[in-house]
Amino acid sequence: MRHIISILLENEPGALARVVGLFAQRSYNIETLTVAPTEDPTLSRMTITTSGPDRVIEQITKQLNKLIEVVKLVDLTEGAHLERELMLIKVKASGAQRAEIKRTSDIFRGQIVDVTANVYTIQLTGKTAKLEAFIEAIGPSCILETVRTGVSGIARGEKTLSI
Amino acid sequence: MEMLSGGEMLVRSLHEEGVEYVYGYPGGSLLHVYDAFYNQSAVKHVLVRHEQAAAHMADGYARATGKPGVVMVTSGPGATNTITGIATAFTDSIPMIVITGQVMSHLIGDDAFQETDMMGISRPIVKHSFSIKHPSEIAEVVKKAFYISTTGRPGPVVIDIPKDMTVPNDRHEYSYPKKVKIRSYTPPQKGHSGQIRKAVELLLEGKRPIIYSGGGVVLGKASDQLRKLVRELNYPITQTLMGLGAYPATDRQSLGMLGMHGSYEANMAMHNADVILALGARFDDRVTNAVNKFCPDAKIVHVDIDPSSISKTVDVDIPIVGPMDNVLDEMLEILAEIKADKNSAALPDQAALESWWNQIEEWRKRHAGKYDKNESGLLKPQEAIQGLWDATKGQAYICSDVGQHQMFAAQYYKFDEPNKWINSGGLGTMGFGFPAAMGVKLNFPDEMVVCVTGEGSIQMNIQEMSTCLQYGIPVKIFCLNNGTLGMVRQWQDMNYEGRHSSSYMESLPDWGMLAASYGHIGINVEGKEQLDQAMADCFGKYKDRLVFVNVVIDPDEHVYPMQVPTGAMRDMWLSKTERT
Repeated sequence: MRHIISILLENEPGALARVVGLFAQRSYNIETLTVAPTEDPTLSRMTITTSGPDRVIEQITKQLNKLIEVVKLVDLTEGAHLERELMLIKVKASGAQRAEIKRTSDIFRGQIVDVTANVYTIQLTGKTAKLEAFIEAIGPSCILETVRTGVSGIARGEKTLSI
Repeated sequence: MEMLSGGEMLVRSLHEEGVEYVYGYPGGSLLHVYDAFYNQSAVKHVLVRHEQAAAHMADGYARATGKPGVVMVTSGPGATNTITGIATAFTDSIPMIVITGQVMSHLIGDDAFQETDMMGISRPIVKHSFSIKHPSEIAEVVKKAFYISTTGRPGPVVIDIPKDMTVPNDRHEYSYPKKVKIRSYTPPQKGHSGQIRKAVELLLEGKRPIIYSGGGVVLGKASDQLRKLVRELNYPITQTLMGLGAYPATDRQSLGMLGMHGSYEANMAMHNADVILALGARFDDRVTNAVNKFCPDAKIVHVDIDPSSISKTVDVDIPIVGPMDNVLDEMLEILAEIKADKNSAALPDQAALESWWNQIEEWRKRHAGKYDKNESGLLKPQEAIQGLWDATKGQAYICSDVGQHQMFAAQYYKFDEPNKWINSGGLGTMGFGFPAAMGVKLNFPDEMVVCVTGEGSIQMNIQEMSTCLQYGIPVKIFCLNNGTLGMVRQWQDMNYEGRHSSSYMESLPDWGMLAASYGHIGINVEGKEQLDQAMADCFGKYKDRLVFVNVVIDPDEHVYPMQVPTGAMRDMWLSKTERT
């Protein structure tokens, strides 16, 4: 099963390497990883999506907790949560295709953020499944390039991950 | 406030931590620090002949004393040479501080002379690591390093220090912090009382109970509590390779070691148990055999200080995370409370326990540490270890290398005290035993310290004979010489139809001459009589000398029992021809 693990990490050199190293060392799987400082500059917030049997996920959270720089972590998929990913996608857009792509982008609430005579660059935000649906709808033949941030997640309601 | 250079701060900080010996090797990036050593006498430096040995010396010291060993080496090859030693300590959860020099900070990343990314290379095998960014951080980092290394589940901590952090004329304010707090690091202080009570109740319900204790009891300094609990319950106990000595091996309730080369009775009792109390043990693959066949009828209580050890390989019914001494104290209190209550329904079923003990005594008779004696006229390794036990009355520190001799020592040297059996259990590092023994002997000069080794392992750090000469470290090297890499050969005999691929040690030196060339004593032993004489000399007229005892043993001997691969705990070879 897919899990979203959200981590508060000391914003120190080498901390990221320890997290990534742990996954490599123990052959855990990382699907996406995002990290950036929080409103408190001493802390970074990291979101990792991973998948595996329950025993492995339990080990992942326990091993992460053992890292000295990990201040706190939560498996967001254990409760109600929001997840978002941002994608920039560059597509061929010429002739009749141009209008069709614009329409598809509108349906997915995408924004065209850069335009040339033959190319649209579209920005799209949503759950991973939505981004994948868009890629499928556009069709692989007109995609020139995609770049995705990976998942960011947060718990719904009053629950917070903070120190 | 006092103004000190980074090098002086480092040495002073080590002194503040009560460090008496640092094991190391100087080099370019640490010359400022070594100069700071020169100007004081509180912290002594032991110059090894290879950095790996420095790490093992520190490790041996830590295992014997429970205090962290300190290693200091230069950048590049100095640092990388310690890697095996750090990994050895990490796998067995041994507290250790490894201070590595680094090239000047402005050169980091330039592929400078003797530069290596020690932070990166050591990352998977340390509990934590620090890189010094400014000299004024040194005292606090040392304090944090000792705190992290010695608390919770212990482990090695690396401190990487660029040369420009230790410049003599670059002085900064120094004061050693009294306390340290790390917001993201809070080792458990106490087990969950509700869980502990449930665990005691479950234990008392057991009709076929067993206690399975490991290195965590030794590291957690909980041997006294363990002894009380085992006796209070009158339950059998088996110990892992790492746990030997926490409970006395010569006691009636001890079933010896369990696992791949565990005793027949220990493995049978585990397999048939209905309740297992696992204490500071990690259900290692060398213990469980095939996990899916492990102890099918048992409910398991697992006490460990590291939550990630719990349900890692085997699912447990009652997990307890906490310091071993504290959890066992609480178990003893609850047990006393239950026993005091005459009406309690929770008291153990004495009849069931008696029939369980009867069954165990039956198992005990079957193998009972048997081995064929003197079939070929050569000494048997088991006999040699028993001779060593007799000569030392079981009181020596035994620092083992890795291989058949290690298993024979674990099986036949009956450890009655914790911290006296010192071996690389988790990583299985050949070359560990000799320097580890040196670390122990240096700190316990009046104790008998023996390195049990083979002619394969000893050659992996033989150069330290020179260090022993320089510092007068009279360890005894007890080399079980079968002229072959015994454990490899055993597997080749059992699984590869006797094809001894690269397991034969040709071109062995004359051990007596080798020892003599370093100024030590060498004794050759063939047969029991010579063994007894050699032992008498080792601990008698050569008490204060390093003695290399070359014990010629039967090369065809295998270690038994041996669990059958992919089988259950109870599936064992008991000899070359007898299987369960």
